[in-house]
Amino acid sequence: MPGTLIYAEVQKGEIKKGAFEITSKAKELGGEVSVCVIGKGAEAVAPQLAKFGADKIYVVDGPEFENYVPEAFVQAFVQVAQKVQPGVIFCSASAQGKDFAPAMAARLNVGAISDCVDVKKEGDKIIAKRPMYAGKAYAMVESMSNPQVISVRPNALGSKEIAGAGAIEKVAVSLDAAKITVKVKAVEVASTTEPDQTEAEIIVSGGRGMKGPENYKMLEDLAKLFGPTATTGASRAAVDAGWRSHSYQVGQTGKTVSPNLYIAAGISGAIQHMAGMGTSKVIVAINKDAEAPIFTKADYGIVDDLFNFVPALIDEIKKIKG
Amino acid sequence: MNTVVCLKQVPDTETLIKVAGTTIAAEGIKWVISSFDEYAVEEAIRMKEKMNAGKVTIVSLGPDRVIESIRTALAMGADEAVHVNDGAYYDKADPYATAQVLAAAIKGLTFDAVFLGKQAIDDDCGQVPAMLGELLGLPVVTQVIKLDVAADKKSATVTREIEGGQVVLDVPLPAVLSAQKGLNEPRYASLPGIMKAKKKPVDVKNAGGLGVSTGPMTVIKEMSLPPARQAGKIITGDDAKAKAAALAKALHEEVKII
Repeated sequence: MPGTLIYAEVQKGEIKKGAFEITSKAKELGGEVSVCVIGKGAEAVAPQLAKFGADKIYVVDGPEFENYVPEAFVQAFVQVAQKVQPGVIFCSASAQGKDFAPAMAARLNVGAISDCVDVKKEGDKIIAKRPMYAGKAYAMVESMSNPQVISVRPNALGSKEIAGAGAIEKVAVSLDAAKITVKVKAVEVASTTEPDQTEAEIIVSGGRGMKGPENYKMLEDLAKLFGPTATTGASRAAVDAGWRSHSYQVGQTGKTVSPNLYIAAGISGAIQHMAGMGTSKVIVAINKDAEAPIFTKADYGIVDDLFNFVPALIDEIKKIKG
Repeated sequence: MNTVVCLKQVPDTETLIKVAGTTIAAEGIKWVISSFDEYAVEEAIRMKEKMNAGKVTIVSLGPDRVIESIRTALAMGADEAVHVNDGAYYDKADPYATAQVLAAAIKGLTFDAVFLGKQAIDDDCGQVPAMLGELLGLPVVTQVIKLDVAADKKSATVTREIEGGQVVLDVPLPAVLSAQKGLNEPRYASLPGIMKAKKKPVDVKNAGGLGVSTGPMTVIKEMSLPPARQAGKIITGDDAKAKAAALAKALHEEVKII
């Protein structure tokens, strides 16, 4: 039976957790699980994949993989894929994975299924569940191609420790430099250590009710209380008003998120916003308008002025945390 | 500067989605240009205006109704269009099949760049830009939020979003560039623009005529609506402090997140 090959992403010298999630899921589905880790510093962290189910770990490391450019990474990965001959390829649907997966699939002359939230196996076929219309509908999708290329949304599966053989092989790939025509000129990383909204476990989001950019400070303060897996978000109204950059936008034309806790402050709950966060495990809505549609979806609703409530909540959480 | 813009017509984001078999019910849908493709149209028109030369060609796959969105793009300032009016192909097309037909339609055209949205806001696949680049043998930059084209049109400096920041890249042209929100603010079509759009040429083709026989490689077996969320409880209390204490307690004891 053909095995599974996983693309594991390295960021800031660490393997992204989405790679652990898909590796353990692949192990659970059965068959041999190979992982290809590409990035500068990959060799040092590659062994971590063994305890999440990797049987074979192919390491592509070197200075030319410091910054991601699709052509170089696709060339390297395809060389490993040709060696492994997998029946299924999984990637994480992270920002990088969304760029990488379709380029890699096209290089292999196959189709891809993107941004899945669940996968199951029927014979040799993977049936993937994925949201469409930003989560207003879900489709079960099957791939007729070989290999089947599937990207899985971070946080959707959860990772579990499940032992794999963990044999490590360092692969020397040969890159066709003439084809790598896109060059990185500068990388500007924001000073924030907050996780991306799509990977955060807790999101504190603010909408039109925030009244201005200066008031997001209190949402940031609230998010900080929940630890390093928390971040802030914004509604489209707040982004279009210029209060927050687009990278914070949650909803149909922004990010689709699925955190454990979503706190919506001053967000009325337009259909486009609800589509983007409707699969959050717990939703808390704070709005002074008792008729706001968000209250029909929220697990906990607070009808109050957020400018009184949020500071009070910060105090109360601090008390509990001691 | 000559550009090609691929656009997809999608249900407006206000649309209440209803499932019908393995697709969505056609009733009550207002069809519009996918919002990320609107940024692509706008950017192409701006490039043409800035260089004071060249033309913008719209390429779209879809049934008869798509002509309305093509006319909207022409009214914004695009010059001509190719409409692959092939409902049978479109109904089955996955991103790979879509990229095949777009590549075939684009191959005969003269262009310095191909623009399109980073994803269509109906199926949310986000695969076509990278696949199109691969099929055309061109470099691709996705999620572009800033673009500067060199005066000789041989290269461009682009900024794209990455997790927790941005990356600035140099890319040779022609290239495929996918637009992210933030790239620009799309214009509305003016009345004279709408009048002129009616006379702009639209070349109608079908997939067979373009020599495309590749079928889709993925298929939707089943479609469903997400489970409806139930309203939970409204936390009451005498004042903000009392409600905050009750919520903090619930997050601690029931949700166990604190």
